[in-house]
Amino acid sequence: MLHEKVPNLAKYVEPDRVRKEVYADPDVFQLEMERIHERVWIYCGHESQVRKPGDFYTVQIGRQPMVMVRGQDRKVNVLYNRCPHRGAMICGDRHGNTGEFFRCSYHAWTFNHDGSLKNIPMMQSGYEGTRWGRDNPDCNMKRAARVASYRGFVFASLAADGPTLEEFLGPGKIAFDDICDRSPEGEVEVVPNCFRMIQNSNWKIFLENQLDALHPSVTHQSTGRAARDVELEIEKRTGKAPLSYHMLSAFATVTIDKWDNFQTLNYPNGHCILTGYMGLRPKDPDTLEYERVLAKAYGEKRKEEILTTNIHHVLLYPGLSVQSPLQQLRAVRPLGVDKTLTEIWHFRLKGAPEPIYRRALAYYNLVNSPATMINADDLENFWKCQQGLGSDGGDWVSFHRHYGRDLQKGDMIETAPGMGTSEAPMRNQMKAWAELMAKA
Amino acid sequence: MATKKKAPVKQPPRRTANKAPAKSTRKGKAPARKKTVAAPMLLRAPAAHHHDPMHELYHEVSQFLYRQSELLDDQRWQDWIDLFTEDGIYWMPADPGDTTWEGVPSIFAEDKNLMTVRMKRVLHPDAWSQKPMWGTSHVIGNVVILPRDPRTGDVVVRSRFHMMELRRDSTRHFAGTYVHHLVRTPNGLKVRLQRTDMVNGQAAFDYVLQVWV
Repeated sequence: MLHEKVPNLAKYVEPDRVRKEVYADPDVFQLEMERIHERVWIYCGHESQVRKPGDFYTVQIGRQPMVMVRGQDRKVNVLYNRCPHRGAMICGDRHGNTGEFFRCSYHAWTFNHDGSLKNIPMMQSGYEGTRWGRDNPDCNMKRAARVASYRGFVFASLAADGPTLEEFLGPGKIAFDDICDRSPEGEVEVVPNCFRMIQNSNWKIFLENQLDALHPSVTHQSTGRAARDVELEIEKRTGKAPLSYHMLSAFATVTIDKWDNFQTLNYPNGHCILTGYMGLRPKDPDTLEYERVLAKAYGEKRKEEILTTNIHHVLLYPGLSVQSPLQQLRAVRPLGVDKTLTEIWHFRLKGAPEPIYRRALAYYNLVNSPATMINADDLENFWKCQQGLGSDGGDWVSFHRHYGRDLQKGDMIETAPGMGTSEAPMRNQMKAWAELMAKA
Repeated sequence: MATKKKAPVKQPPRRTANKAPAKSTRKGKAPARKKTVAAPMLLRAPAAHHHDPMHELYHEVSQFLYRQSELLDDQRWQDWIDLFTEDGIYWMPADPGDTTWEGVPSIFAEDKNLMTVRMKRVLHPDAWSQKPMWGTSHVIGNVVILPRDPRTGDVVVRSRFHMMELRRDSTRHFAGTYVHHLVRTPNGLKVRLQRTDMVNGQAAFDYVLQVWV
């Protein structure tokens, strides 16, 4: 049994430090796929990725190749991407439209969009008298045990039991409320482009980095400084630099001492919110026009509530990082103990003026594209971490910063004032990890 | 024929914007890069074609493309940026079907200001991901002159590239198509738009692109 290969599991996580095996042991990886990713709610995609019946997108959940597909009944299904006959994958493309049914490329078995068997060639002559046929549910494409959607964002769980999606997300669902509420129509639609980047490091290293408030001014110094130089030069020349330069220069101008003024809010199941820092509410004509549109849709009071929602990142453990004010998200797909795929999407706020989209697009291109000047240095650090963690140079990863000084408020852990760089998010993620891993 | 800048023969130190850097690694200096210094005579069209303007143009733009890619391989970032017009754009579409970078995602969509950010970043001593040994080699071919841009009169030229990159111990290959929109200026040809379509731009990126391809 797999868990017998990891006999010291219970000793791997302490409140303030974690054993290196958690990141570097392939057996631990297999066990966490079994007990975490293939059980909890995992983000599959946005409903607008599959608008028409037959539209599909393939997605990896843990080790399982899945396919998200829109049915004739408009319902979004999530199925194992596998033919019950000989096990061939049904959808070989990453996305597309499968027409009125799925058809296996090997022996032409066909399936409805809900996975139910449609037809087998020679159904009568070939299978009569066998235990294989329409009445046998094993002849269907297997469905994800549970599928649920919150404000258009589709999740699946491969375990029949467990908390509902909303219970699981808890206060973390503000990520989706925030992104949707910023649209005057209360909805977003995906921009059909997915930037995909491979990180040669364990999936948890990425998640821990997302809310590591101390790293930007160190890791991203070079890009922040370069952008600041050019920003100042443009300001001198024209009076005002585009906001996109600020998005990059903030990595350097917000110095380490200032990062402690931010705050993380840490919730059960490993979720976490990092409060905002970019000051994305300038007083330019575009923003003012957008604010007028929002006020018209929601009223002045509600508009203020929406625009003062103080979020930079919401991390939804174990595989999603949402930047709601910039309308983007990064989904994390673990490929191996030292290999992780990130899938990066961005969204349009339905009904919002075009310049608001352009702002999100600038961030998407500059920070999240495969030519990013930001992630380049993150990936370098992640790789270095993975190399070091595989060594015998030490046994533990330290999460001690501001340990013991966080504020417990009910089941939420809040960083104390002036201690925003507390490693509370990492401690909180590892607490969730240990709880999930302990369940056989 | 535009006069071409001669590449400096001497190797200046690394991390200067305009000059070819000598590459160094933790273990010591890598061998100095050999400079390709084109002899002036090679810039002239052979006598037999001396009065064939199409051939001269072909020769001129081919030389331009070769030299531009060498600036990347020699890490002469400022010289590379200077080949663009003031409103010049370097564009790598996210989707091969895109016809503009305005309002759609792109892998690169950089004007000279953003190019300068990228240059300053890679020259910064704390550009961590660029500290390991790193180098590229471009090969440009299949140069085809297309009909001029009817709006601007720009010379439009399509070519194919193959680029090998070494970073630390990993080799990566990128290949695809360039379409250059070139403007004739008193200082020679300049790039108004360079569209770069990488044939493997649609695949997942193992690591990211650091500079222009």
